[in-house]
Amino acid sequence: MATTPAAPKTNRLGLSVIDYRGGKTTLCAGCGHNAISERIIDALYEMGVQPERVAKLSGIGCSSKSPAYFLSRAHSFNSVHGRMPSVATGAVLANRGLMALGVSGDGDTASIGVGQFVHLMRRNLPIIYIIEDNGVYGLTKGQFSATADLGSKLKTGVVNELPPIDTCELAISLGATFVGRSFSGDKRQLHTMLKAAIAHRGTVLLDVVSPCVTFNDHEGSTKSYKYMKDHEEPLQEIDFIPVFENISVEYDPGTTLEVAMHDGSRLRLRKLEEDYDPTNKVRAITRLNEAKEEGEILTGVLYVNTKAPTFLDMLNITDEPLATLPPSVVRPGREVLDQVMEELR
Amino acid sequence: MATTDVGLHASAGRPAAVPIVNNMSIQVATVNGSGSQSSNTVLLKTIFQMGVPVSGKNLFPSNIAGLPTWYTIRANENGYVGRKKEIDFLVAMNPETARDDVMSLTPGAAVLYDQPLNLSSLRDDLIFYSVPFDKLVAPVCPEAKLRKLVKNMIYVGVVAKLLDLDMTEVDKALRKQFAKKVKAANLNLAAVQAGFDYATASLTKLDPFRIERMNKNHGKIIIDGNAASALGCVFAGCTVLSWYPITPSSSLAENMIEYLKRFRIGPDGKATFAVVQAEDELAAIGMVLGASWAGARAMTTTSGPGISLMAEFAGLAYYAEIPAVVWDIQRVGPSTGLPTRTSQADILSTALLSHGDTQHIMLFPASPHDCFDMAMEAFNLAEKFQTPVFVMSDLDLGMNNWMSDPFPYPEKPIERGKVLTKEDLDRLGGFSRYKDIEGDGIGYRTLPGTQHPAAAYFTRGSGHNAQGNYSERPEDYENNMARLRRKFENARSAVPAPIVEKMPNAEIGIIAFGSTHWALTESRDQLLDEHKLPTDYLRIRAFPFSHEIADFVESHKRVYVVEQNRDGQMFSLLRMNLDGELVPKLRSAARLDGLPLDARSVTADIAAMEEK
Repeated sequence: MATTPAAPKTNRLGLSVIDYRGGKTTLCAGCGHNAISERIIDALYEMGVQPERVAKLSGIGCSSKSPAYFLSRAHSFNSVHGRMPSVATGAVLANRGLMALGVSGDGDTASIGVGQFVHLMRRNLPIIYIIEDNGVYGLTKGQFSATADLGSKLKTGVVNELPPIDTCELAISLGATFVGRSFSGDKRQLHTMLKAAIAHRGTVLLDVVSPCVTFNDHEGSTKSYKYMKDHEEPLQEIDFIPVFENISVEYDPGTTLEVAMHDGSRLRLRKLEEDYDPTNKVRAITRLNEAKEEGEILTGVLYVNTKAPTFLDMLNITDEPLATLPPSVVRPGREVLDQVMEELR
Repeated sequence: MATTDVGLHASAGRPAAVPIVNNMSIQVATVNGSGSQSSNTVLLKTIFQMGVPVSGKNLFPSNIAGLPTWYTIRANENGYVGRKKEIDFLVAMNPETARDDVMSLTPGAAVLYDQPLNLSSLRDDLIFYSVPFDKLVAPVCPEAKLRKLVKNMIYVGVVAKLLDLDMTEVDKALRKQFAKKVKAANLNLAAVQAGFDYATASLTKLDPFRIERMNKNHGKIIIDGNAASALGCVFAGCTVLSWYPITPSSSLAENMIEYLKRFRIGPDGKATFAVVQAEDELAAIGMVLGASWAGARAMTTTSGPGISLMAEFAGLAYYAEIPAVVWDIQRVGPSTGLPTRTSQADILSTALLSHGDTQHIMLFPASPHDCFDMAMEAFNLAEKFQTPVFVMSDLDLGMNNWMSDPFPYPEKPIERGKVLTKEDLDRLGGFSRYKDIEGDGIGYRTLPGTQHPAAAYFTRGSGHNAQGNYSERPEDYENNMARLRRKFENARSAVPAPIVEKMPNAEIGIIAFGSTHWALTESRDQLLDEHKLPTDYLRIRAFPFSHEIADFVESHKRVYVVEQNRDGQMFSLLRMNLDGELVPKLRSAARLDGLPLDARSVTADIAAMEEK
């Protein structure tokens, strides 16, 4: 039987989705993190990102293991607990051509790592920072993290009495330029936001509520699948038109906000809340707090600013990666040393 | 006309007829924030320009303004530029400390003081010179608010007259000091002249101390260790510096930023470097690791408390095999300790920094020249061995002024270690990150961004096998750790070898390292001259220890390990690393009070132990 198998579907680089896959997950079946890995794979594939251009970075925890489960063709650095931001910063400085993709958790970010997290947000370093947020420590078997909501209950019955840290609110107020919240169960929204994140230039912070099926998916948890389904309040319906898809579709500026991304892609946000403007920082923070009072979990693009200079702009770093500059560029000549010696005489 | 004081106490001093030439320690006691640094630099540079070997040490408080500070200039014809214990010539400008400063002098010393302090009645075995600074400063400095600063320039003139400094050299040093500020230079020169004129007219020279022109400094430079380190790093091709301010290391980073801005901006106006002032030392070292992992030559600079904070990342760098260069400008611990005083007390904790079995390469610069050279050495070693390298400087070396031969242009190539490129991968098809191909314990790495489907590997601080894959298998762990030890063993022959200086018929050895070298050089001469004790001397320049160190211990009856800490940390590290039969030969001569080590104390310690 001489049939030619159908050519596998490929993206604009000629790569198939298999080229974006990683190792087999060792996380629990049903873990929200696995769904996020799937969305990352799809987004990178559809955006046609060269896998070798990506640097995957993580800290410690269940979330931080997940870079092993997608994009095996990219370098990955599983660093120390709460310190991924600094490692990522160094990597991007060394090679500005890399697309830094940081994966962290709520403990890794908001508890042990909050110091590095807030300073990363201040710098607007080009990076996509995903928090796989389940409000609980998985690897140490179910203790609260700093994003656990007031009144949230552990399996053991322990109730959280401390207010949560809202990583999105922090990120917006400190200088991140693309801030969104999503839910690992909201396939379409997360997928679209990830594609927009890839097109963004600057710090992207995505807080993705990702239920822990083993330690935090029970009655009384505010990070369970059920709770999210009941309380998620999307701000927009999100569409993303990549620069390489030359599609022109009419939209109604009255109900839809179009954001022109740095690379020419377009992010379209069809407003579900009429007066929500994700380019207004103050409004974004206020609305987040209102939602908190009302017990809602706002999702969608909370804030976006495509104009702010990045950390690389501020440092005025040369276009070539610093990592591979030749000795002739990084070692000044003899006359320079002679001059300095003369000044010291 | 002599002042009353000098007249009264003329008989107390040694007769000025027996001059002591080019051998003295001058101490200026002021209040910090009073601008005395410029005055002291002019004095130092003047003596330097007159060809007399000299060093300048700043003893300052951990404070911005208002607390006592002392600057000591040592001029010595033999080139002894370590700290001298005794002060020969005191310039007492600080009312807070003047009394104690005078009481601690040895008989015969000279004291130049601000008249209202009225010090001359304190002792009758010193020579006093009283100078009415406020009266002298008013006419040369009409602007009242500048007088506090200009006042300090007056003592330069008085000292110049009393020590017979060449005023044309003073002029030259001062103009260089105020190179870009002609107005300030003129104002200060007038103050120097006022002091000089006053001394000429009103003081009678009664002390024996004089500076005479020599020709020992031809071609030499004056620089502090931190500036030399910074320069070395710039010429070593460092591309990423992340740091967190901490005394006494901040000036390394600040000097480096200055040099980078001057010399490392490309023709397109863009920087061939990135500098980040991080939020803390954890982030500083984290950025270094991220940058090194991605292929940059990255470094940080810190001091003891920063080293403590970097411990976890140091272990990651060791275990995941990531290059890093870390400068430790040691100060006095533990805890905050004495932030503005010097020590060599981070040796042991740095050698083994982090939990688990770790060992780190350390380099020990003894001079600004070493700082410059070892910057290059550190980056090459870090990239060759894919591991952190700690350069163990200290406050005395880093922040004080030292004479040095000019630094020769680095001839050694920049060596980036075992890095596979896309072309290598095309040829090889693939690679295993932690596989020991050549038997030296060093695997090949690739840089993120290498455009080859087989380039990627997983970097992790968790257990891994030769491929970098997660592994908890006992044999994987054991093999990996054995290879890391092998790699460290190989570093022994790659790090800078010790330097041995010998004396005829020496049976006694001395081991030292770092900035105490200068006290050692002087002390060995004292031991020979005063105690008829010839010594051989080995200066350690790196850890892991190379075989020369064991050979040295073996070939001497007793070996004193001289260092600046309480517990004898290098002594302990030697005992851990030398063969058992050599250990009993070692004697610890450790001491630490926060001041730079002086020869007299070393001589006394060794002589006392020899008598036992």
